[in-house]
Amino acid sequence: MSEELHEIRLRVNGAEHTATVPARRLLSDCLRQDLGLTGTHVGCEHGVCGACTVRVDGRPTRSCLMFAVSAQGHEITTVEGLAEPDGTLHPVQRAFRECHGLQCGFCTPGFLTVVSAYLEDNPDPTEEEAREAVGGNLCRCTGYQNIVKAVLRAAEIRREEAAAAPGGERAAGAGERR
Amino acid sequence: MEFLSPATWEEALAAKSERPDAVPIMGGTDVMVEINFDRRRPPALIDLTRVPGLREWRADGDGVRLGAGVPYTGIVDALGGAAPALAAAARSVASPQIRNRGSVGGNLGGASPAGDAHPPLLATDAVVELASVGGVRRVPAREFYLGPRRTARRDDELIAAVLLPAPAGPQRFAKVGTRNAMVIAVVSFALALDARSRTVGTGIGSAGPTPLRAPGAEEFAAAEFDWEGGAPLPESAVHRFGELVAAAARPIDDVRGSAGYRRHALAVLARRALARAAADYREGGARCA
Repeated sequence: MSEELHEIRLRVNGAEHTATVPARRLLSDCLRQDLGLTGTHVGCEHGVCGACTVRVDGRPTRSCLMFAVSAQGHEITTVEGLAEPDGTLHPVQRAFRECHGLQCGFCTPGFLTVVSAYLEDNPDPTEEEAREAVGGNLCRCTGYQNIVKAVLRAAEIRREEAAAAPGGERAAGAGERR
Repeated sequence: MEFLSPATWEEALAAKSERPDAVPIMGGTDVMVEINFDRRRPPALIDLTRVPGLREWRADGDGVRLGAGVPYTGIVDALGGAAPALAAAARSVASPQIRNRGSVGGNLGGASPAGDAHPPLLATDAVVELASVGGVRRVPAREFYLGPRRTARRDDELIAAVLLPAPAGPQRFAKVGTRNAMVIAVVSFALALDARSRTVGTGIGSAGPTPLRAPGAEEFAAAEFDWEGGAPLPESAVHRFGELVAAAARPIDDVRGSAGYRRHALAVLARRALARAAADYREGGARCA
């Protein structure tokens, strides 16, 4: 007996995609296998490691704990959607590079998506707050020290850019909060 | 696996009535883990994420009617004043990603004794609103948990909301885990002082086959507490309260901790909660009394 398939439409990084999937297809697997967006990594497949984190309507969400069929009608942002269309890296990506916030890179997409959202709500975190923000993401290489530094550095880059942008500081976060 | 995706609450209730074996799914933070590990293969799932209203909360009399699907993040953001113990528990749930998806309805549906929402619901005498095609019934949280992962919910019912009474005094929540994020509680404890009825409510998590209350400890604290002035309780009374809470627990040895450790830790959490709540009571005395 063949399994019932569902035609789904997903909006990922601003683009419409269609896929034909069984109901049990995880969003993480759909992104990687059906849409070819392999930036989202699958670590533990039970909601512990955070590597598969994507943003669903802006909110960091574990894509291994969500069915692709349930993601319809929501705005999905994966790590591929963080950089500007011209390739300019997101402040969080730049900060992770500058601070050596990654080694093997497996967990990195999850950290980047989480931190990008976190800084929109908390543009100026303390170190303790930065640690708490990444509490749901596991990294086996870095010991987290450089990841925490990268979170703080990303916040700094965002503030610098906001100050330099027309409209000044007020532009920081404006329009990003949902 | 059949996947039902009702667009309205009425459709959801009809689906649950026709397929009582269907498992409701909201944030997926429990149900999906079981499916991914192949611990459970539900014949059907009812996806409730499209049902309007489940993610909303509103004032209800003096208290709050919390939609079963309001994510913990929403409780943290909005209900720190209206439901302090529950909001404190919500802050401690898992990780940001899980708090964005998980909900009190899911905790109640799964009914794991380790669910962080249960102790505050017990301590504050919250009420669970269950619905079926036959109508709505309201079951106090204190009568909801029947056995290991067994509750008063019938197979044809869905959890619609939780009714949270307005706080009438300080509330506290504390838990012990091996780290701050992403661990299942080793033990947890909630306490609510109610200055109107001069009663004390308790809730114990992760230390028995179900979430539990400590009725002996509640009566003891209510009798000992200085409801007029909130004077600090004698050390001996605080200690006795901890003993009574620990005695009400029915813990087991498991991978997260031994029964002996759990009783010990519960007594510590209970003593701290009572002492701090008493201090809160004195500080807020002018407002609460």
